[in-house]
Amino acid sequence: MALIKKLPTDPNINFMGKRKLFMAFSVLMIALSLVLVATRGLNFGVDFRGGILIEIRTSEPADLSSLRSRIGSLGLGEISLQEFGAPTDVLINIQKQDGDEKEQMKAIQLVKDELGSAVEEYRRVEFVGPKVGAELKEDGALATLFALLGIAFYIWFRFEWQFSVAALMALTHDIITTIGFFALTQYEFNLATLAAVLTIAGYSINDTVVIFDRVRDELRRYKKMEVIDVLNMSINRTLSRTILTSVTTLLALIALFVFGGEVIRGLSLGLIWGVTIGTYSSVGLAVPLLFATNVRPSIPEEEEEGLVDENGQKIELVQENDKAS
Amino acid sequence: MVQFSKWQIFAVIGVLVLGIFYAMPNLFKEQTLETFPDWVASDQINLGLDLQGGSYLLLEVDLEAVEEEQLTNLVEGIRVNLRTDRIGYQNLRVEGKAATFTLRDASEEMVSRVRQMIFENNPGLLISTDGAKVISEYSDLVLRERRIAVINQSIEVLRKRLDETGTKEISLQRQGESRILIQVPGVKDPDEIKRLIGKTAKLTFHLVDQNADPYSGKAPVGSQIMLSQETQASGQPQRYVIKKRVMVSGENLIDAQSTFQDAQPVISFTFDTTGAQRFARVTQENVNRPFAIVLDGKVISAPVIRSPILTGNGIISGNFTPQSAEELAVLLRAGALPAPLDILEERTVGAGLGEDSVNAGKVASIIGLVLVLIFMGSSYGLFGIMANFALVANLILIVAVLSLFQATLTLPGIAGIVLTIGMAVDANVLIFERIREEIRNGRGPVMAVDAGYKRAIATILDSNITTLIAAVLLFQFGTGPIKGFAVTLTIGIITSMFTAIMFTRLLIVTWLRRRRPQSLGI
Repeated sequence: MALIKKLPTDPNINFMGKRKLFMAFSVLMIALSLVLVATRGLNFGVDFRGGILIEIRTSEPADLSSLRSRIGSLGLGEISLQEFGAPTDVLINIQKQDGDEKEQMKAIQLVKDELGSAVEEYRRVEFVGPKVGAELKEDGALATLFALLGIAFYIWFRFEWQFSVAALMALTHDIITTIGFFALTQYEFNLATLAAVLTIAGYSINDTVVIFDRVRDELRRYKKMEVIDVLNMSINRTLSRTILTSVTTLLALIALFVFGGEVIRGLSLGLIWGVTIGTYSSVGLAVPLLFATNVRPSIPEEEEEGLVDENGQKIELVQENDKAS
Repeated sequence: MVQFSKWQIFAVIGVLVLGIFYAMPNLFKEQTLETFPDWVASDQINLGLDLQGGSYLLLEVDLEAVEEEQLTNLVEGIRVNLRTDRIGYQNLRVEGKAATFTLRDASEEMVSRVRQMIFENNPGLLISTDGAKVISEYSDLVLRERRIAVINQSIEVLRKRLDETGTKEISLQRQGESRILIQVPGVKDPDEIKRLIGKTAKLTFHLVDQNADPYSGKAPVGSQIMLSQETQASGQPQRYVIKKRVMVSGENLIDAQSTFQDAQPVISFTFDTTGAQRFARVTQENVNRPFAIVLDGKVISAPVIRSPILTGNGIISGNFTPQSAEELAVLLRAGALPAPLDILEERTVGAGLGEDSVNAGKVASIIGLVLVLIFMGSSYGLFGIMANFALVANLILIVAVLSLFQATLTLPGIAGIVLTIGMAVDANVLIFERIREEIRNGRGPVMAVDAGYKRAIATILDSNITTLIAAVLLFQFGTGPIKGFAVTLTIGIITSMFTAIMFTRLLIVTWLRRRRPQSLGI
């Protein structure tokens, strides 16, 4: 019993007809993301902004307001406290202290002295000095840039330049909107989140390449067909795969989001968002962009093997019949 | 694609057996593993500090302080040389990165003699002259070598301090030009580590200038005012006037132990021969005078010498707790750091949080896996079940590779594995969808499988290689969590390609041969 048989075998949804709508939606999403990042900004974790993060477990449910006022009275500047996964767990964020690294160390000690016996366990103490914070930011940006360029280069090498451009633009869209998502939700943006953003790039490109591969194949086979129809057909023929893979990935990620623990909740949420937006962008953005860059059927370097060729003819006829009906 | 040669079947099964062999140790407790015979693999996955709990500290060696000290020493050295040779000079001082002075006699003969003299005493110096002015500075090469030496020496001292017995799994690495990365698993008191690395631990013994008034504000030439380490009852540290000359220094210590004297924690120490001789002479000549013990520029105590100490053994008393006495003893045994250290970054995870994370990761992985298994099974029926075997095999292989290569698994790494669980079926989905298309085009089961695989493989390779490129670049340029994520993602991509292309194909082909089905059921 395979449920897959219940799916329509030959979907014929006119994705390309709605390309302007997709385009407008994507442009809007990018604009919104940029506005959000500019106005609300990202809630940078200690990794990037420098500063101190302390996660404590108290023996009894924590009284946040009393803890807040006690730590607030230490004069350490901006602090924030939040419950973290359980009523006894509290996450304390303390801003970067003026002065050098030694000042940060003193601040940690001050907090520990103040909290004293109220704390049962220090679950996490993270401190990133101003120097390292700036470096991590730079390294993260570089890693992203190199990953994108590496991907673009490979696609350019394996396909045509149009594919490379379209993929790169779709990827940039995914990354910007994911960052926008973090600006909207104000989930902490740290190194792990950045890793998530980069994985989204990896997932999304995987998705895009599968469709592009099909496009390249079909362009070779249906030289006489309108390019826009070939593109649409390619999306439709890979649609069941696109959906199935997204669903399995999302299932795994939802498990991670629900059961993976508080520390990686932001990361898994980012991944869920990214997989969704990445799937959309492969279909709704990458392929229309391919059309916009005026992709043409290339002359295949080698003729397809016998099987595929004679078969190609057959499918062409079927397709034309479909259109007529 | 439906042909498997004998050796191919052998290779696929071989890889899986090896996978199980290397993944297996993770099912057992460490104690159980020790009872197994030697030929059985025993390496478990190496958990990152965020999962097993521990401290990660990035330190910066204050090389500028070292270089300044070197220059001051150079100036003093030159001063001594010039005086011994009775050469007139003025304005001897540190100027930027160089030691400079002006000769009174600027004759060519004198200048070249002085240059010769300085160079002989300090090889590696670059000496230039500007009229009567002599400028000496260290070459870049020498400076670089010294920096490396200072870092290496710092690492050695730190290792002795943190892991005297050499039994702990402490990792100390040089990072870049001036940094040291310390990773200490399973720490109970991270502050203790910070106390152990925070001190330079330069120990010196000085005579006290009893004629000067410590509260006058100005010390006589050759002396200086120093504060005590502990504050007095008034809340102010005690002030001492200490003679600058170092009588004996910690370099001559060969041992230091914490112990008790009159129920007070103290540190007993032993000097080497040179140190013992010096100590004996000083104590003989200064009976009934106070002798200051100075650590990192602060006076620990200044006991009065009751009688000459000739054995080279002594006791440092002060306001110690048993713990602080023990810590100081460790510091003294390990020796002084060549330069002060700054903590740039600290990440400490308690064992409790680490354990919680591992458990949460396990639960999430299992639930994610079960969800995907159910979904695939119900979507593709028999084919889905075969894909599920491949998925489980994939997980085993990931665990095996992580254990075999002792790659570090971090929390984001677990996220990477869960993501791989979701993505790993992609290759199979691609193949199955292609097979379905071939069936629709009227092919028989065997031909459909053959063509499906043939046509899907290029796509699988392209899409996975692009992801692989991203993962490898992330590993190369990323730091910390990004690296951990990239590791499992990379391994997952490679193993999933193997299981999807080779393992499920073997299953399907075997099924086709045995059953010769009329339809594939998808």
